[in-house]
Amino acid sequence: MKLKQLEGLLGDLQQFSNPKVELEQYPTRPHIASRMLYMAENSFGDISGKVVADFGCGCGTLGIAGALLGAEYVVGVDIDSQSLELASLNAEDLELDIDLVLWDIRNSKWRGQIVDTVVMNPPFGTRKKGADIDFLSTALKVASQAVYSLHKTTTRDHVKKTALRDLNARSAEVLCELRFDVPQLYKFHKKKEVDIAVDLWRFVP
Amino acid sequence: MRLLTHNMLSCNIKGVTNGFPLRLEVEKFVEKEVDFSAEFLRNIFPKIEWKALVDAARSMGYAELPDEADSSMLDSDDFLKKFHHALLELHLEEGALICPETGRRFPVNKGIPNMLLHEDEV
Repeated sequence: MKLKQLEGLLGDLQQFSNPKVELEQYPTRPHIASRMLYMAENSFGDISGKVVADFGCGCGTLGIAGALLGAEYVVGVDIDSQSLELASLNAEDLELDIDLVLWDIRNSKWRGQIVDTVVMNPPFGTRKKGADIDFLSTALKVASQAVYSLHKTTTRDHVKKTALRDLNARSAEVLCELRFDVPQLYKFHKKKEVDIAVDLWRFVP
Repeated sequence: MRLLTHNMLSCNIKGVTNGFPLRLEVEKFVEKEVDFSAEFLRNIFPKIEWKALVDAARSMGYAELPDEADSSMLDSDDFLKKFHHALLELHLEEGALICPETGRRFPVNKGIPNMLLHEDEV
């Protein structure tokens, strides 16, 4: 599948209608999601034929992108049941089979390393400090092959140090810097839309 | 929820040391056909907790899997087809997952297990 085609399909997915600020629910835009999964597949072979988990999947964008690129098995995990209902509808519309689990990543417990690759757009930890690192910590325990994640560029040094030193990642590499456009979703957003710089990371557990 | 997911989930209530495997309580299940890949099955076989898969499949009425399995069986098409069906084609739609240690019931609705803990369980 071509990148444009993938981005187009992701653009048709339903998004949150009432995003929850405490969960830092921001949709992963098709532009970013498609590039993230496309790179994981075409540069590293981490998607097709693999078991892929989408942590904090929201309405399922990254997991669905994985399934579209040939992942053998996709499981999406989120703490919000309304998001999972949307994810389920989105997958159904594209005739994809995706497993969904209502779970808090931060205190989830996984047996073994059945998952090959974790893809995630974690909460950036702006509202709840450390949430991004909590997600990364679990992801590095669950994945056997790779973890793809988005983190604010301003936290680059911290993320790298934490991943390598505290979470025992074998490598932590920024693949590219992207512009994450955050539309005015919440009342505390004063500007109509802001761009924040985010890094697309690839970690090897 | 399919049984590959079941093979990964563990109960994480505070103090629980053996939260795997969760027992299935089945009210409704469905079967959906998916493409067969022998290569995928061979790769994933060593990671599967076999007994958990056998018991889960049986609770959905599928009793074709042998009690024990080893990698020599992966040469048999017949075995692979049964493994494929149990692992990837059986979906628990309504029911629950039960913690083997505490008996805590995690409900499954519309195919989605609710593994969220109560405040006093974290």
